This record gives sequence, C-alpha cells and structure tokens, in this order.
Amino acid sequence: MADSKQLYQEVILDHNRKPRNWGVLADASHKAEGHNPLCGDHISLTLKLSGDVVDAINVQGESCAICKASASMMTTVVKGRKRADAEQMIREFRDMATGKLDLGTQRHHLGRLAVFAGVRDLPTRVKCAILPWHTLHAALNSVASTSTEAEADPMHAPIGGA
Amino acid sequence: MTAGQSAMMRPPSAALAVERIRADFPILKLRVNGNPLVFLDNAASSQMPQPVIDRWVKYQTSQHANIHRAVHTLSETATAEYEAARRKVQAFLNAKEEREIIFTSGTTDGINLVAHGYGRKFIGRDDEIILTTLEHHSNIVPWQMLAQEKGAKIRVVPVNDRGELLLDEYRTLFNSRTRLVGVTHVSNALGTINPVRDMIAIAHEHGVPVLVDGAQAAPHFKVDMQALDCDFYAFSGHKMCGPTGIGVLYGKAGWLEKMQPFKGGGDMILSVTFEKTTYNVIPYKFEAGTPPIAAAITLGAAIDYLIAIGMDGIAAHETDLLDYATDQVNRLPGVRIIGTAEKKAAVLSFVVDGVHPHDVGTLLNDEGVAIRTGHHCAQPVMQRFKVPATSRASFAFYNTMAEVDALVAAIRKVQKIFG
Repeated sequence: MADSKQLYQEVILDHNRKPRNWGVLADASHKAEGHNPLCGDHISLTLKLSGDVVDAINVQGESCAICKASASMMTTVVKGRKRADAEQMIREFRDMATGKLDLGTQRHHLGRLAVFAGVRDLPTRVKCAILPWHTLHAALNSVASTSTEAEADPMHAPIGGA
Repeated sequence: MTAGQSAMMRPPSAALAVERIRADFPILKLRVNGNPLVFLDNAASSQMPQPVIDRWVKYQTSQHANIHRAVHTLSETATAEYEAARRKVQAFLNAKEEREIIFTSGTTDGINLVAHGYGRKFIGRDDEIILTTLEHHSNIVPWQMLAQEKGAKIRVVPVNDRGELLLDEYRTLFNSRTRLVGVTHVSNALGTINPVRDMIAIAHEHGVPVLVDGAQAAPHFKVDMQALDCDFYAFSGHKMCGPTGIGVLYGKAGWLEKMQPFKGGGDMILSVTFEKTTYNVIPYKFEAGTPPIAAAITLGAAIDYLIAIGMDGIAAHETDLLDYATDQVNRLPGVRIIGTAEKKAAVLSFVVDGVHPHDVGTLLNDEGVAIRTGHHCAQPVMQRFKVPATSRASFAFYNTMAEVDALVAAIRKVQKIFG
C-alpha cells in the first residue's frame, strides 16, 4: 500500500476547501444523485446541455476530500466540453483510478486530473474518486440515481479491482 | 504540546502486564507503512494470541474428524473437545446448563436464530418488538424482516445527547402486544454500556423475554447470565481473540425447548421419514449440519486465555485506556467525541472538524494506526447524532497508553495536512 500523502496534495486539499461550481443549477437539463452506501458519500449533480455541449455543471453534497475534490475538478474540466469528450474523460478517469490506464505510456486527455492516479493504490478509496464521474455518466444518460454498488452499471468498479 | 510532555502525563497502566501479553500476539509485531502497527479496530475484530492459534493447529493436525457420528477414535476425540468447548462457554457465561449454549456462526446468526425460532412462532400481526436507537444493523434488520412478514411493529427506545438510553421512555413502550425486547449490551458505535439488567427486569414485569446483543460486551468484561437473567444472549468469537465463523447464542432452556428449529439438516434430528421428522433435543436442535468444529474448539481456547488474564483486569485496563484517550482527544481543538455516556466500554468515536472520517482513516493508516471509519453498521445512531460517519478507535486489553499517544499524534498530523 502506497503512502496516501502522495494523494493528499495541495491541489486536492484546495479543491476540498473551496470546491468549484458548488451548488445546484436552477435551469438544469440533466441531473443525477450519486451514493456510495459503503461510506455514506452522497452528491447531487446538475448540468445544462446546450446542443451537445456541457454549458454549465454544478455539484453539491456530503463526502470525503477525495470525492469532493474529484467532483470539483471534474466540473472545471468538463464545463464547455462536448458530451462525447466528457464521456471519453469519464472512461479514462475510471481506467486511471482502477489501474487500467497507465498515464506514463498510454494516450489520455486527463491533464491535471492525473493527481488522482495515486488512488489506484488505495483500493478502499477508488470509489470515492470515481463517484462524481459515475454520477456525471448517469446524468448524461438520464439515470436519476446511481450507486457505486449498482452491479449492472457499466461504471461499476469493485473494491480491490484496481 | 510535544510528545515528551504528553508522555509525562501518561498514567501507568497498572492493571495488566501488557508488554508480556503483547508478546503472545505475533500480528502486533507487524509494521504498516513503515510504522509499528497500532491496532485500534478491536470492536470490528480482535487479534489472536499464539496459544489460541496453536489450539487450532493442534486440532487440525491431530484431532480432526466429524463429530456426533462415527465410533472411531478421532471422531470421539473431536466430539469430546467440541463438547468441552461448550462447557467452557457455559462456565464463561455462568449459564445454568450446557444445553443452553448453542454454537452459531456469529452474533448475526444467533439473532437470526431467535428471530426465526422464537419470532416466527410467537410474534404475529400487530404484535410489537422493542429495539433501541443504539442497535447494530444485525439487531434491526432480522426484526424488520420478521415484522414485514407477520405484520408486526417495531418500537424504538430513544437516547439522550450523551448516547444513553432513556429508561422512562422505555417503560412507556410496553403494552399487551409487546412480544420481545432486543437490546445491545454495549453500543458498537458509541461504546455506551446499557443498563440491560434493569431493562430485563422491567421487561419481565410485563412477561416479555429479552435478547441481548453481547458482541461488544463479552470480550471486555464479565457477563453473567444468572445476574442478568436475560432470555437470550448472542456474541461472536472473533471479537474475543477467537476465530471468525464461530459465535454463541445462549438461551434459557425453557425458551429453547418451545422454539422451532432455525435451519433443517443433519444432526438436528432424532429420526427422519418422508412423513415426519422428530427434532433432536437442545442444543442440537439448533445446530444443523456439520458445525465449525475447529472454530468452536479454538473459541474454547480463547476463553481459557481471557480467563487466565482475568476479565476484571481486562476491564480495568481498558477503562484506563479509554479514560486516557478521552482526556487526550478532548484536548485537541476541533475534535469532538460522539458518545459521552457515563458508563462506556473502550470505544472512542470522534469527528474532526472539516475532515471527513474516511480521510482521517486513510491518513491514520499512513502512521500505522488502524481505526474504523464510517457508519459502523449503525446508521440510526449516525442519524440521531446528525453525522454521516465517525472515526472510531476501539481498544483491547493488549493496547497500551503509548498507542493512545500514537493515535493522538496521528490525528494532529491529519489536522495539519488539512490546515
């Protein structure tokens, strides 16, 4: 098990203290709730699509620092992007967190989200990082509520699966 | 405050020769993330000392066969050792008769046995079951399933802000439809020691039997079935230096005889035809199939180990640990203890301002400090205290005052990282 202090870097701590795009969009076109029943993390995600572009996105909830920072940074990177690009990032983020994507050797579009790569060495925390992305995926596909324990969900990432 | 000052304030743990005891536990020599393991997750599961490990090995290497069946030597030896373990449990609990001791797979299994064996027979439509806010999910869900099946109701004893059950409210919950009280002896999430003896006496005034969840009590202080006069008492082996997969349900013989079996199968019958089965006598009526023989015998060895140390010494040392830890954590600005009952077992639940318990748990692990974070399978407790989760340090007799210092130092480090 790696030292988790590599994960608790200033950028993550900063987004935890001052989460960006925090709140609920009044004029959302898509929304979803995300739960992690194992630890009680819960987030609400609202977004507004204009055509196929994510025009606005907000997140609000009660969660650990890893989940909150992941949500905050996610909103900053997907805002203004095309829906298909957001879906691509969802897949890449999940693959990075579960150890399937090697940032050093494989092409990706994650940029500064690479600070979450260390979560792969903390199997019990993988779901914390993925939950916001999981919830974004649900919102884009008009699934009102999702859970990290939803077995049938294609985003499902089993603990220890990293 | 520096570590040196903290150490000067640390009282000696006079109740037990802890360093000698620790030498019995191979796992306590481990290092985690480069630091000595500080194991403070004993309420979830405790560690096993070498004499208990050795007992398991001895059984598997020289005594194993199936029990209660064959006439050969090994089967007779295994049967004798298994039944000897039952008598050890009987003595440990001060039960009147050994047939009142049923081996289960754990506390959850024992509670489900009562829900099926007693509940499905004696609880019907509009009957009521009294539980408390402090119950573990394992003493809530089986009763909800039964209530749903039968159309029965669940009533809940509330707690005050310290996490103590309100006995006056408890008294008012009884009526002519009350069929059972289920109460935990010690809250796994807060550490509250409930006044089960008084609660049992009150229930008996109404002719209502009481099931006590003893999972967090049996490992920590002497529990006496005659003094408590409870009707059922369930606990787990793995929380008291024994193996997983074994537990005990104590039941008064009068109730056990009236109850229906829980699981059907071999060993729980006297005779079987396709027309009719005659059930075995207690406790065998409730031990269908091949039981966890090795685990039961090893639990017997764990009980021997605890008794040799002495339950009173264990309780006194753990009280010292809790008092010191409570005092030290109370000195930390921004840390709040959840559960401040006057009578507590060695459980310290706390929240750190601005830091989610899961972050606390992960960062403590970097320092080698193992605690539990989350809702502790007691979501109604979390709801009552309006927290999504807590961090929980839970102590055993092999923990030391220096380990409390390591916990406190690690919490300070977390606060520093989160600024």
